[in-house]
Amino acid sequence: MRYAMAIDTKKCVGCGDCVVACQTENNVPHGYCRDWIVERVDGTYPSLSLEFRSERCNHCDNSPCVRCCPTGASHIEEGGIVTVTHHKCIGCGACIQSCPYDARYSHPEGYVDKCTFCLHRVQKGQNTACVDVCPTKCLHFGDLDDPNSDVSLAIKDRSWKVLAPEAGTKPQLYFLT
Amino acid sequence: MKEELFVSGRNIPNIDPYLNIWHWQIPLYLFLGGLAAGILFFAGYYVVRGKENEMKTTVKIAPIIAPIALVLGLFALFLDLKHKLFFWQLYTTIRLESPMGWGAWTLMIITPISFIWVASYMKELIPGWNWKFDFLEKFEAFVIKHRVSLAWIMMVYAIILGVYTGILLSAFNARPLWNTSILGPLFLVSGFSTGLATIIWMSKDANERKILSRIDLVFIIIEIFLIVHLFMGFLAGSETAIEAANLFLGGEFTVSFWVFVVAIGLIFPALFETLEIWGMHVPKWLPPVMILFGGFMFRFIMVEAGQITRYLY
Repeated sequence: MRYAMAIDTKKCVGCGDCVVACQTENNVPHGYCRDWIVERVDGTYPSLSLEFRSERCNHCDNSPCVRCCPTGASHIEEGGIVTVTHHKCIGCGACIQSCPYDARYSHPEGYVDKCTFCLHRVQKGQNTACVDVCPTKCLHFGDLDDPNSDVSLAIKDRSWKVLAPEAGTKPQLYFLT
Repeated sequence: MKEELFVSGRNIPNIDPYLNIWHWQIPLYLFLGGLAAGILFFAGYYVVRGKENEMKTTVKIAPIIAPIALVLGLFALFLDLKHKLFFWQLYTTIRLESPMGWGAWTLMIITPISFIWVASYMKELIPGWNWKFDFLEKFEAFVIKHRVSLAWIMMVYAIILGVYTGILLSAFNARPLWNTSILGPLFLVSGFSTGLATIIWMSKDANERKILSRIDLVFIIIEIFLIVHLFMGFLAGSETAIEAANLFLGGEFTVSFWVFVVAIGLIFPALFETLEIWGMHVPKWLPPVMILFGGFMFRFIMVEAGQITRYLY
């Protein structure tokens, strides 16, 4: 099993519902967020191009944050989901330094926090909160090993990219372009 | 034009607008760890060479600084932790993949060794010193009998500690300024140089100072050579590496790096040490103070600047 997410940059309008849904679902403290939206503008007027990306932890296959964790608090759960065991985390910040996507932050209570791909929902067979709430249905979640899953079908016929592949982390967020 | 905006709003403390999760504690620890590594290495080296009495300060007096520096450094590391009460989790696992993991274990070994080393010379330094308990006297006798073996172990761990201060940073692929394997040897050499500077500052024996100054001079030259290689590597590298180097070649750290680290910390002390070897009078404290200041600034700037560098996508 290999959980992954596809983000349709042609459909995303940057409304921010995924961000709010995550904050509500996961009790993210005020002023913090586990997912965020980037608006990227390229070119010179009048030939400009615009891209919206809903970004979060890439749940990398080769995750530097898990490797550098001195206590084993950062670890890989079923389906490749990267999570942090709060009572094992000492808050040293090594995983925050190691992430090319700046997807981790220090929770006000001291431990390091990040996107969990809504592990608690996924274990029950549900989608992540951000996927369920998206009004344009631009987010697709599922198991890459299952050819009929939502995410497999989404990346099958479209061109896609991953962010900073040169970092060698094998990220699992597929941005449909 | 290329412009990226967080349209959902994102202003996470210490992450945005640029990463700043490590503050003064980490560079202070890197400095103290390197300094202790330098002092302990040379103490061990001159015992192995059988020059305990010619190099009295190096072997017997200066090592007192090492346990103090290590304890202060460990305390700084503790202050850096955000989930402090769980620090003991470091010692519930052995994770060789994590530099911080094996670094914590290295400290757990070399700190007690440094205490034992200092304790074994207490009777020579303070006449009439008495350990009060019989088992301590027996332990001391055991240590003194096996001092050469202890010196070998200490030298090996001093090298590991010195290299570790660099590898702690170089293991982070996500920070291009740190992600270069030359950082390990560079921090080792710089740490040994600050250790030597401390011993030179403390020594009252002109002959000992002369020997150590010569060694220190070699270390400074190696350090300059490694810094040149560091930048050659960056400039021949990918765009992220070139951007990292540009922070020091015209960017915001240019003045602080080349003035404080290279000029005050390396070139001037090297010059003064050369003049001293040629027989000119240079205040004894001047080159060591400059080297120590440069060594601290080097770590401070590397930690600060490295966090700004990142992948571009």
